[in-house]
Amino acid sequence: MTQGFSIPRFTLPSLVSAIGRQLPQWPHSLALATALNAAARVGLLPSEDLAQLEGRSFLIEVLDAGGQACFCYRGGWFRPLFSAPAAPDLSFCANLSAFLQLLARQEDPDTLFFRRDLSIVGDTELGLLIKNMLDAVEWPQLPKLPTFRH
Amino acid sequence: MRRQKVPQLICPAGSLPALRAAVDHGADAVYLGYRNDTNARNFAGLNFDQKAMVEGIRYAQSRGRQVLMAINTFAQPGRATAWQQAVDGAADLGVDAVILADVGLLDYACQRHPALRLHLSVQGSATSYEAVNFAHREFGVRRAVLPRVLTLAQVETVIRNTPVEIEVFGFGSLCVMNEGRCWLSSYATGESPNTVGACSPAKYVQWERSPGQMSTRLNGILIDSFRDDEAAGYPTLCKGRFEVDGETYYAMEEPTSLNVIEILPEIARIGVAAIKVEGRQRSPTYVAQVTRTLRAALDELASKGQHFHLKPAWQAELARLSEGSQVTLGAYNRPWR
Ligand code: SF4
Repeated sequence: MTQGFSIPRFTLPSLVSAIGRQLPQWPHSLALATALNAAARVGLLPSEDLAQLEGRSFLIEVLDAGGQACFCYRGGWFRPLFSAPAAPDLSFCANLSAFLQLLARQEDPDTLFFRRDLSIVGDTELGLLIKNMLDAVEWPQLPKLPTFRH
Repeated sequence: MRRQKVPQLICPAGSLPALRAAVDHGADAVYLGYRNDTNARNFAGLNFDQKAMVEGIRYAQSRGRQVLMAINTFAQPGRATAWQQAVDGAADLGVDAVILADVGLLDYACQRHPALRLHLSVQGSATSYEAVNFAHREFGVRRAVLPRVLTLAQVETVIRNTPVEIEVFGFGSLCVMNEGRCWLSSYATGESPNTVGACSPAKYVQWERSPGQMSTRLNGILIDSFRDDEAAGYPTLCKGRFEVDGETYYAMEEPTSLNVIEILPEIARIGVAAIKVEGRQRSPTYVAQVTRTLRAALDELASKGQHFHLKPAWQAELARLSEGSQVTLGAYNRPWR
């Protein structure tokens, strides 16, 4: 869907993940929770779907970057968790390139899953709900950056 | 040169962005469903509420494309009015057709909304022209979607013997059983596409990761284990690996997707009215990728006719998106019947 710009499938060198794991993980969680809350506040995430996330915890693990983001949804807000729960309700694990391809809507999550580039562990129905909720978001049209134009 | 008549391209829409993707990339029609068990893709967070439905129909129809509403599960005891209301809602919204499977609901729709165009869903399980003609005679069905179990020659026989338009599956995950008659999911979970609108509902599915492999369980039953270098499929029983006579293999079906692109000229020649893309559960990205590829192939067929030339890039793109990362012609070119 992205035109004139595409994210290749790549793997970061293992050194990056070794360094990544040494860094504090909570800034990712904070940034992600803030972004999700912003999306929820402007109505991009439907409230009836959000209600079903109440009390659930999530882990997003970027394998080759060695980074993790952990958060939960409670009282109508996404909240960062400063340490990963022993068994989050749902975890998504993938390399950075797969997450970027997902975010840019360049690849379909099922395609990544079939190719084993994305794994989902935990409550499968919760995973499906989140996937479908994000698929249904009508992202505001962002102005195209000049460098990405044909 | 005279343009060859080609089948309509019918694409899946599980959300508004997917619908827009289908329309923008060249679908002639989209199919969609309400957010409940009146359709066979009743998955958490998927499908259309009333507001999205109105906007989706406007978006497609204002661009000259059709909207088909799937109400293709079977009315459950004591709740028939929910299915009838779905049909009434579709008629009020002005969809171009409804896709139904339940004979009682077909009867209701044709009595109550004589002007509403009726399509027989694949879940209606009509595999012969007698069955298709029955639906035509009794309920005025105008199009039937054939199950993915017939050879191309069998599809042709149906077309030659019925006034009803015939739609076949063109691309997507393969569901091998006579649609509407598969009870594998019910066997493992007590729930099936016909009753709750989902095969192997997600709440019964568990993925387990262990070093070097991933295992899939459906309601506790181990259905497959994949090494890290093996492509995966959906967690349905039909695509599990089972031990039969001391050998463990895909005893029913490999995880794979159907892809008819290489037999498109044949499909057009025998008079198929429409080809359908499976995948309302998939993302707008998939819908855009598949629609764009099949549109290009159909346009090539329309302009080149006999000189249609299959582009390797189309095949590669479709294989990449497929379940198990592989495709098949399914029953269409099967030598046996
Ligand atoms: S188990 Fe397989 S064949 Fe049966 S309904 Fe599910 S996907 Fe189709």
